[in-house]
Amino acid sequence: MPPKRPKSGKGSSGSKRKSKGKKIESHVPKEEPDDDDPDDIFPMVLTSATQQLFGCRADEDVTGESPYKLLRKDDIVQDMKKRAAVSDFSPVKQTVLDYPEDEILLVFDRDFLYGQSFYLVLTPEAKERILHPPKPETAEAEVIENDAIKTPEPRQWISQGSEQEIENECVKETREKLCIKFSRVRRKFGAPVCFSDHNADFIECPSYKDSRFSIKQMQRDCGLQAVPTLQSSSAQTQRKVLRNIHTQYTPRELSDEDKENIHQSESLRNFLKTVTPRVLHALQQAEIMDEFTDDRKALSSAAKDDDSNEQVYEDLMLVRVLANRAYTKDKTIRCINWHPTIQGVIAVALTERRETQLNESTDLTVKQHFILFYSCKNSTTLLLLEGPDGIFAFDFSPSDPNIIVGGCANGQVVLWDISAYVTYLQGTQPGGKKSSVNTDTFASDDKDKKTPVVRFCAASSGESVQEAPITDVQWLPPTFEVTKTGEAVENKNKISVQFVTCSPCAIMFWDVRVSKQWSSWASGKKHTTAHSVSETFKHLGRWWKPLFKITPPMINTRRDYSPLKFSLEHYTCTDDNTAGTTDDPADGESSEVVPDYSQLRTRSAQTLKPLEDVNTRMYVGTQEGVVVYTDWKQDNKESGHLHNAKSLHHGVVNTVQRSPFYKDTILTIEDWNFAIWKEGVTDGPIFTSPTSETAYTAGCCSPSRSTDFFIGNEDGSIEVWDLLKKTKEPVQVYKHVIKARITCIKSWSATTSKHYYLAVSDDVAAVFVFRLPKSLYKKESLGLEKFFELEEDRLKDFQRRVAKMKKEADELRKKGETNKQIKTPEEQKEEEIEMKEYKEYLTLEENILKGLGLWQAPAEA
Amino acid sequence: MAEVEETLKRIQGQKGVQGIIIVNAEGIPIKTTMDNTSTVQYAGLLHQLVLKARSTVRDIDPQNDLTFMRVRSKKNEIMIAPDKDYFLIVIQNPSD
Repeated sequence: MPPKRPKSGKGSSGSKRKSKGKKIESHVPKEEPDDDDPDDIFPMVLTSATQQLFGCRADEDVTGESPYKLLRKDDIVQDMKKRAAVSDFSPVKQTVLDYPEDEILLVFDRDFLYGQSFYLVLTPEAKERILHPPKPETAEAEVIENDAIKTPEPRQWISQGSEQEIENECVKETREKLCIKFSRVRRKFGAPVCFSDHNADFIECPSYKDSRFSIKQMQRDCGLQAVPTLQSSSAQTQRKVLRNIHTQYTPRELSDEDKENIHQSESLRNFLKTVTPRVLHALQQAEIMDEFTDDRKALSSAAKDDDSNEQVYEDLMLVRVLANRAYTKDKTIRCINWHPTIQGVIAVALTERRETQLNESTDLTVKQHFILFYSCKNSTTLLLLEGPDGIFAFDFSPSDPNIIVGGCANGQVVLWDISAYVTYLQGTQPGGKKSSVNTDTFASDDKDKKTPVVRFCAASSGESVQEAPITDVQWLPPTFEVTKTGEAVENKNKISVQFVTCSPCAIMFWDVRVSKQWSSWASGKKHTTAHSVSETFKHLGRWWKPLFKITPPMINTRRDYSPLKFSLEHYTCTDDNTAGTTDDPADGESSEVVPDYSQLRTRSAQTLKPLEDVNTRMYVGTQEGVVVYTDWKQDNKESGHLHNAKSLHHGVVNTVQRSPFYKDTILTIEDWNFAIWKEGVTDGPIFTSPTSETAYTAGCCSPSRSTDFFIGNEDGSIEVWDLLKKTKEPVQVYKHVIKARITCIKSWSATTSKHYYLAVSDDVAAVFVFRLPKSLYKKESLGLEKFFELEEDRLKDFQRRVAKMKKEADELRKKGETNKQIKTPEEQKEEEIEMKEYKEYLTLEENILKGLGLWQAPAEA
Repeated sequence: MAEVEETLKRIQGQKGVQGIIIVNAEGIPIKTTMDNTSTVQYAGLLHQLVLKARSTVRDIDPQNDLTFMRVRSKKNEIMIAPDKDYFLIVIQNPSD
């Protein structure tokens, strides 16, 4: 047991003074008394009797270590009163009386610092100062330093109460140790011992939750560990019955050896022997009579008409929709053409949908105007032909489909030569390859790497034409040529070199060959063409002018008609023209030899044989709604002679088409109705349709049947008219096959598949290719000839009647006039009187009305 | 060999005969006068048809057997003469 620490400092704990201050004060007082204010200290001598009285005997109550004694002021005052002058405190009497506090400090001055053995502290401040001296920091620091230098003296331990804790923790023996001794019974010495455990019985006191209160745990430490979530799962598929989806067979065949063996074998011979009679018998039977035919049915089928009235018209089958968004934005199609030789290629001419005036357009972007070639097979854009302005009409040359002529919106005529790009159209050129055919093309890589762009290689001069767009263009067939005066002469070259354009100003005939007077000009002028442009028509230069112009004049007025569309009769040469043309290639080869257009020269009219039987007349549809039948031959006596002009249409004539079956039948379509004209019949159309509700915008003749026409509407419907069945309304209307207005319909017959297709273009520059249903394929048994004859007769009859009526009306009028002239004098007089009376009446009326204020001056006639 | 040829010629000489095929019991053509594709097609299809017809006849009456088969269509007539090991197919267009 550790010994207890002796309590020290008894004296100090018993004292009233602060023990803390004492520790330090024991060192300090040696210096302080010198600094003290001597006024506060009053040294005095205390007799032993006084000392005994106040309990401050020297060296007994107050010692050197504890020199302070607090004396009560009352005691001092009492003593002074008792012993008056004898009291030791008499010199300080006044001060004591004045002393504010109750206790005055008396200090035993052992060392006689102030000269006496005691001193009295007079002021309470001094008392405080002495008793509780302020600890000067510096003094303390000096003190601490002084301590550090010296070995620290052990300080007296001041109990703070910790000894109690230690005391508690200490293990003390409470009682003396017990010693228990065990020993075994003697007889069991040396035997094995078994020790076992045994629970000391003690009452457990389990802890329980006190219901009086509960401590809520406000804070809890917890630790986190991130663990990746893993999940493993498995699945098992059902094993279904295995089944072949596709199988491919090849037939088993015997090798030639085996076949030979079998042929030699006996069994085959026997087989044939038995079988042959049966087979021959059956064959003979079949030959003699067909026992399966139904005679009655056969009878009826012969008499049956193909065009039964219950014919069901199937829908037009939409085969393709062709639209190339990159080029067709905001554009409309004015003209469609199927490529004449390459199957399934359509060319469309794109123009701006909203025509902006030249001075209004502030758009400085270069607008490119294209003709697009689409392929029907895979809906791709094959080729682009670039023109100077929006192209309104174009045509393939019949002799060489690589030459294309187009008419622009500004009145220019342009030519393209796509001989170099034919491979694109034929689809042999893979699209992804960069064009290795023409390595010097630069225009083709600009827009689209796949679609080549062909610039026009010749254009007519901009000055010679007026500002009207060219609305129709057509090549003259290679069978004849036209001279400057309009006479038709034979065409030695057998290629189409001339074409006709039609614009609201005039109809113009053009020639692509070099004229004699210009050849000098052309050779003199050297102008470089762009590399990519074909050189075929370089000779035309920029001074290309038409051969001659026709402006069909109106009958009654001095104005001219504004032609929009025209139709020529296609003339096929009947005679061989072998004389003098042996060097020319035969017709069959002409397509192979690409003619060199620059070498062709116009021949003078005298050398060529004039062809008399060419029909030089053409039908022209005009803007005024008049169909003009005019002759382009400019003879001296009748220049621009107008054969006939019939106005029956109220709107603009937008299509003039010849029927592919009847050479002299023309279909004209204008906004509200269409008409059929026959060439030669000049009184009027032999048939007009009734006025329709929706405007007709395009049309064409059916390629498969001569009686059918397809008319396109403004709302995107296609009407099928069959004049043999119904004349008042269309036989079939395919409503809304297209969303927008139909701008052009062209038909085409695919020779390979024997299908007929219609290409329909709409106002938003999309092309729809329809296949005609089978119901529209069948050739009709009756043609339209009879119908037309009837109509013709009817028309003639009608005209006759009209003329007769007119004549009668004229006669009547004339009669009336003559009657008037032969008047008797009496009648004249009577008339005069009547006139006078009438005049009087008029004046009377005037007066009355003026009086009433209702007089209205008669309007001047 | 010559006999076989001669018989075939006789049959071929009949009016309207378009083609002859000799097929063995498994349906593999042995001899033919038509092009290979049509031969193989006819042989494969008609073989199954004949087997079916034969089994039909024999199901109805086991003593019975198929001796001849004629398939008449719009365009032509197909005659099949079956036997134990082979059959003969003749295609005729009677209206010619």
